[in-house]
Amino acid sequence: MLSKRIIPCLDVRDGKTTKGIRFKDNIDIGDPVEMAKSYYEQGADEIVFYDITASNERREIMIEVVRKVAEQIFIPFSVGGGIRSVSDMRAVLLAGAEKVSINSAAIRNPDLIAQGASAFGSQCIVLGMDVKRVESDERIPSGYEMVIDGGRTRTGLDALAWARKAEYLGAGEICLNSIDADGTQKGYEITLTALISDNVNIPVIASGGAGSTEDMYAVLTKGRADAALVASLVHYGSVTIGDIKEELHMRGVKVRRNW
Amino acid sequence: MIAIVDYRAGNLASVERALRHLGYECRVTSDPYEITYSERIIFPGVGAAGKAVNDLKELGLDRVLKEQFESGKPILGICLGAQIILERSEENESACLGLIPGEVKRFRQPLYGPDAERCKIPHMGWNLLKLARPHHVFKNLSPEDEFYFVHSYYPVPEKAQHIFGFSDHGISFPAAIGSNNLIAVQFHPEKSGRPGLRLLDNFCTWDGRLPFSEI
Repeated sequence: MLSKRIIPCLDVRDGKTTKGIRFKDNIDIGDPVEMAKSYYEQGADEIVFYDITASNERREIMIEVVRKVAEQIFIPFSVGGGIRSVSDMRAVLLAGAEKVSINSAAIRNPDLIAQGASAFGSQCIVLGMDVKRVESDERIPSGYEMVIDGGRTRTGLDALAWARKAEYLGAGEICLNSIDADGTQKGYEITLTALISDNVNIPVIASGGAGSTEDMYAVLTKGRADAALVASLVHYGSVTIGDIKEELHMRGVKVRRNW
Repeated sequence: MIAIVDYRAGNLASVERALRHLGYECRVTSDPYEITYSERIIFPGVGAAGKAVNDLKELGLDRVLKEQFESGKPILGICLGAQIILERSEENESACLGLIPGEVKRFRQPLYGPDAERCKIPHMGWNLLKLARPHHVFKNLSPEDEFYFVHSYYPVPEKAQHIFGFSDHGISFPAAIGSNNLIAVQFHPEKSGRPGLRLLDNFCTWDGRLPFSEI
């Protein structure tokens, strides 16, 4: 039986880890290579890097980060942010990432999912979803809408319909981020997570809102997530990945405890 | 020198990095000469069975692998490399290398785990390995160690003697198989943290023989 995965997420800007609330007010909090290594040693099951570097000229910095991380950690890691083409994907995968995560670019060009899956295999393609709660109507029957540009732009796409379409196109996994919960540390969006997880056949990583181990327990049980992303909760040292896993284990959630 | 067989089947650099980290010399290669004169061989791969077998044939590596298997040299198959060593695969209905009798099957859906939770396909993530028989590559591993899997198909050797370990994903399936000097794992040791590195390290010190009791 699979263990539930605990995945620290590092937002990287110009080669430094940052953390903002609801995509705003980012502050630098450390070196991504050192942080990744430390999470690997603490028992992280996977690591997610999200490149929020604004300019294209500086993307080479991220590739260098990926290369250094790959030499030091021997668990899967994925890279998202700014990936718009198969050649962007290739650059990140060749540098040593296991998976790439595509988000806005897949909404603008859904065929990118199929192209990536056929070039590298579905297991490499993670669909990042930024989702906002809205009034449900004929256009958005689930009451959850896809948003892009860090939550600033609504797309008119229903989140559930999009998740299913992306699975059909070849996405191997979904990283589901609630814009409403992101950075608040007030808990994951449980209803949204369960809705998506129950209606697709690929693993769902819950993201946005982890403020306590209790929140993680809830999303991995009631939310039926296959994995949970954590950021602030572990970045500021209040708890370690090991603490989280120990508590989840005590409460009957299967997690990987030997590393 | 350890040869990591390159047959266009995915990113092999992670296996190379893990071996270098452990201090072993290795080379990613599709050169039959280099593979033939290596000390040991790692046969990795991700992707579809049909294409992989065709690519191997095109590069002339199907024959090289058979010869090397017969020569007694230690060979480690990883992921797709633990599947296409069997006789055939349900994936693309392809004929495979036939180093071990048996076939590769797809996980049937729906699958349910012990708590009636749904098991999604691909089987992606960390899982336990239950050893069926001892092997040098599993030395100093704990039953609590987990390994990283990503696959939708699994190997089914015809004979029990070729199964070295099982994992559970709705059903119990062979996750480590082997025959003589060939051992193969469905998971990715190069992505399985310390236990995975230990397995790779063990492989690098294996003489390619099974304990007398296992022959």
